[in-house]
Amino acid sequence: MANINTENTTGTIPRNKETVNKIIKVTAILAVVTLIEVGAAYVFPRGLLLFAFFIGLTLVKAFYIVSEFMHLKYETKSLIWSIMLPLLFVIWLLVALRTESAEIFQTKFSDETKTEIPVENKE
Amino acid sequence: MATTATIKSPSKSTWSGGQAPMKASYGKLMMWFFLLSDAFTFSALLITYGVIRYSYPQYNPEIHGEVFKFSTEYWPIPDYVFDGVPFLHGMHLPLIFVSIMTFILILSSVTMVLAVEAGHRRDRKDVEKWMLWTIVGGLTFLGCQAWEWSHFITGKEEGLKGVADATKFFGANLVQNQYGPQGFADLFFFITGFHGTHVFSGVVLNFIVFYNVVVGTYDKRGHYEMVEKVGLYWHFVDLVWVFVFTFFYLI
Repeated sequence: MANINTENTTGTIPRNKETVNKIIKVTAILAVVTLIEVGAAYVFPRGLLLFAFFIGLTLVKAFYIVSEFMHLKYETKSLIWSIMLPLLFVIWLLVALRTESAEIFQTKFSDETKTEIPVENKE
Repeated sequence: MATTATIKSPSKSTWSGGQAPMKASYGKLMMWFFLLSDAFTFSALLITYGVIRYSYPQYNPEIHGEVFKFSTEYWPIPDYVFDGVPFLHGMHLPLIFVSIMTFILILSSVTMVLAVEAGHRRDRKDVEKWMLWTIVGGLTFLGCQAWEWSHFITGKEEGLKGVADATKFFGANLVQNQYGPQGFADLFFFITGFHGTHVFSGVVLNFIVFYNVVVGTYDKRGHYEMVEKVGLYWHFVDLVWVFVFTFFYLI
């Protein structure tokens, strides 16, 4: 919560049902999404499509944790942007280094025969 | 931290004191920026994992044989590395144990939210209860990780033949790795270890806050904002695990 209570009242305020219900709802979403991920890992073949699906669901979970649990959704706009904008650099780093890794792979394993060694070793 | 301080001259700028820019207290704001920097560190680590992983050949059934075997020639499929569950020895159960760990961490995040919520109501007993559950969750997670590490270090029965000499070795450490390229083991230790360190320091911070709640420090202070600040850190640890789970175990 953005506002800070300073008035010193004795005695406690009863629990807000709505807030607790929301927490339970977000918990359920996080649990269900994790279950879907594990289920998908068992059912579907490994591949780019599945990985994209996993990353998508990870971002869904991240959104709920950051916005609801960390309460960022309810902060001022300027705070939200000061946290979210710098994270764009992470995306850039990912794209830049992912390209780099493809280059390293090309340099190290451009000789096709190298990857076939395990077949020969198979007893 | 009195935000209700009367501003004497209205010409004062936002940053000249007496008010909370971004409507968040100094401590909370600084926690957010610390977490941002920590997010950069973890992203760098996870991206490094991706880079090293994709600079190695991937397992391909057509080239490497239909049955997956550990080999230093290609990156291992995590499903075959992390398939152990305590008390179920020798069974191939990928993702089961890690998803239990994920649930534990998510649940401890939930109890933390409930502690923060109780803090808003200044309900000391409630904060105590939820903080304690959060600490229990954190410690359970650390215990699971200890099991996971010892399992990884001990290795699997089949072992792997060394390249230089024909003796088999089992498990992984920083110089040899049964599961695949050396980088795989190194990154496993570094990334999950760095995350585990965060969980550990989170548990310590949670305990300090719990202690302060019990002795009534925050009652005297008049607000439970410290629970919120440490809560932010704890949720961040959970958030990082969500990403580690995806990039290390699922993909």
